[in-house]
Amino acid sequence: MLRYIVRRLIIAFVAIFVLATITFFLLRLVPGDPFSGPRITEVVKQRLQAHYGLDKPLFEQYLIYMQHLTMGDFGYSLTKQGHRVNDIIATAFPYSLDLGLRALIFAVIMGLFFGIVAALNRGKPLDSITVILVLVGISVPSFVLGGILQYYFAVKWPILPVARYQSFAHTILPAFALSLSTMAIVARYMRASMLEIMSTDYVKMARAKGLRPAQIVWRHQLRNALFPVLSIMGPVVAMVLTGSFVIETIFAVPGLGRYFVLAMQTLDYTLVMGLTVFFGAFLIGMNFLIDVLYGIVDPRIRLS
Amino acid sequence: MSEMPEDRTSAIVPAELFTPDPQPTAQKLATNKAQAFWSDVWRRFRGNWPAMLSLSILLILAALAIVAPMLSPYSIAETDLFATYKLPSLEHLFGTDGLGRDIWTQVWMGARVSLTVGFVAALIQMMIGVAIGSISGLYGGRVDMLIMRTVDIMIAIPFLIWVSLVVIVMQPGIVSIILAFALTQWTEIARLVRGEVLKLQQTEFVIASKSMGAGSWRLIVRHFFPNILPVVIVAVTFQITNAIFGEAFLSYIGLGIQEPLTSWGKLVASGVKEMRGNPYMLIFPAIAISLTMLALQLIGDGLRDATDPKLRQ
Repeated sequence: MLRYIVRRLIIAFVAIFVLATITFFLLRLVPGDPFSGPRITEVVKQRLQAHYGLDKPLFEQYLIYMQHLTMGDFGYSLTKQGHRVNDIIATAFPYSLDLGLRALIFAVIMGLFFGIVAALNRGKPLDSITVILVLVGISVPSFVLGGILQYYFAVKWPILPVARYQSFAHTILPAFALSLSTMAIVARYMRASMLEIMSTDYVKMARAKGLRPAQIVWRHQLRNALFPVLSIMGPVVAMVLTGSFVIETIFAVPGLGRYFVLAMQTLDYTLVMGLTVFFGAFLIGMNFLIDVLYGIVDPRIRLS
Repeated sequence: MSEMPEDRTSAIVPAELFTPDPQPTAQKLATNKAQAFWSDVWRRFRGNWPAMLSLSILLILAALAIVAPMLSPYSIAETDLFATYKLPSLEHLFGTDGLGRDIWTQVWMGARVSLTVGFVAALIQMMIGVAIGSISGLYGGRVDMLIMRTVDIMIAIPFLIWVSLVVIVMQPGIVSIILAFALTQWTEIARLVRGEVLKLQQTEFVIASKSMGAGSWRLIVRHFFPNILPVVIVAVTFQITNAIFGEAFLSYIGLGIQEPLTSWGKLVASGVKEMRGNPYMLIFPAIAISLTMLALQLIGDGLRDATDPKLRQ
């Protein structure tokens, strides 16, 4: 077990390091630079570059950056003057996390519920409804769904606020738009997994010895059906958090996504770097945790 | 007591029946088997009506993408300031946008971009993935270790970050989006192929073939490819969905296709902006993209069911 954890941990750290390195050099390959505007002449630009240390040789800049990075310092934003990247992340991330968590919790609970209901009613109308829901969830991109929800529930029939992120009512539409595809995937896996378990010998045995159906579902099927679903949680978490980038722009949520798009467009090297490394490290960390959890729950996985 | 006449047997059964049939050569047998497999797959796929319906929808969408812009009297860049925000009518089937551009034409021009990106990106991913996965599985040892650790690391980095980085470095456009997907998303297929190759190397027919002196080239072409193909085709179908979604996503946040070209993602983005007054601008591209994703998903499911050895009798 320890070997497994250590191996995963090494992969996680190397992945973060590789991500930071690649991002650093790729960004410098992009034509253009962060300093442009009517007041910026050649001289001003040179002074700015010197101020931010951008005039040093590239590799030296990289070493300096990585040195700061190991201490958790992302430096100053180049376009938002006087703002540290750490502060921007600290103010924006809670919004993304809040939105992501709401969507994730809703998606997992509803997904499991639908998956179980569908499997228990195989071939009946409830199953068909779930299958249709799953297909819609998988095929409608979150940004399309976000737009449609916003139009119907905020513009046409003003039940909920159009945008911003201030109260519980504000969170409903973005969280729902973000959760639907995840819910569909969870439901699909849960349904398949439940059906597989239903035909195993131990479930037949439980039925044969006269246990009540509710007891069989609860004690035998659910627990075992949950394992395969747990294995997709890594990609699912990544999907929710990545998807939130677009949902944030639609619903004007002041989270990381908006800054990421903005920083990419203005070539704010340090901000892009900071957001990429932070976001990547967060996801890699989550995946690591899920892998380890999964390894604890299901010993077979450690061996492969 | 037995006085059986000597030609008794031949009197009842004609002698020709006792001569053996000509033996089919090994090669012929193999192609027959492969053909039988694919005709089986096709038969099962045909019996799956959602998958068949999806295939027809996809073909119709593709045909419209090719034909519709050619037949349309408008071009995507053609603006008409006297005909802005026209509702859908016979003249403009899907209406017009804020610059008076015909949305019908835009949707099908966008389809060209979106579908091309999806299919080409998935195809390149497949080639890279199959090549790297086979190398990893065949050579094993250090090569395998190195490749698989690289894959682990690449998978750990979220796809949005990868793809948007590659796209901004190479300047947004069709080619850069395709390359961004091709260069970063082959990992899934490589992993799959490696697993299959490892599994196949343990099978008796591969061991037999090896012991009869088959070279690695022969092994790859004769035994690995035909057996890996079904799994890869299913995976590629889902990769197409990913690439189409990814392109739409990038275009949506402004890192994708640039004016005057358009794509479904871009149309949805402008539709969302104009949604308050002109919801029809969002509806058509939204339906187009959702329908394509749905169709590909069902085709992928159908192919998986049709090729899964577990379901074969």
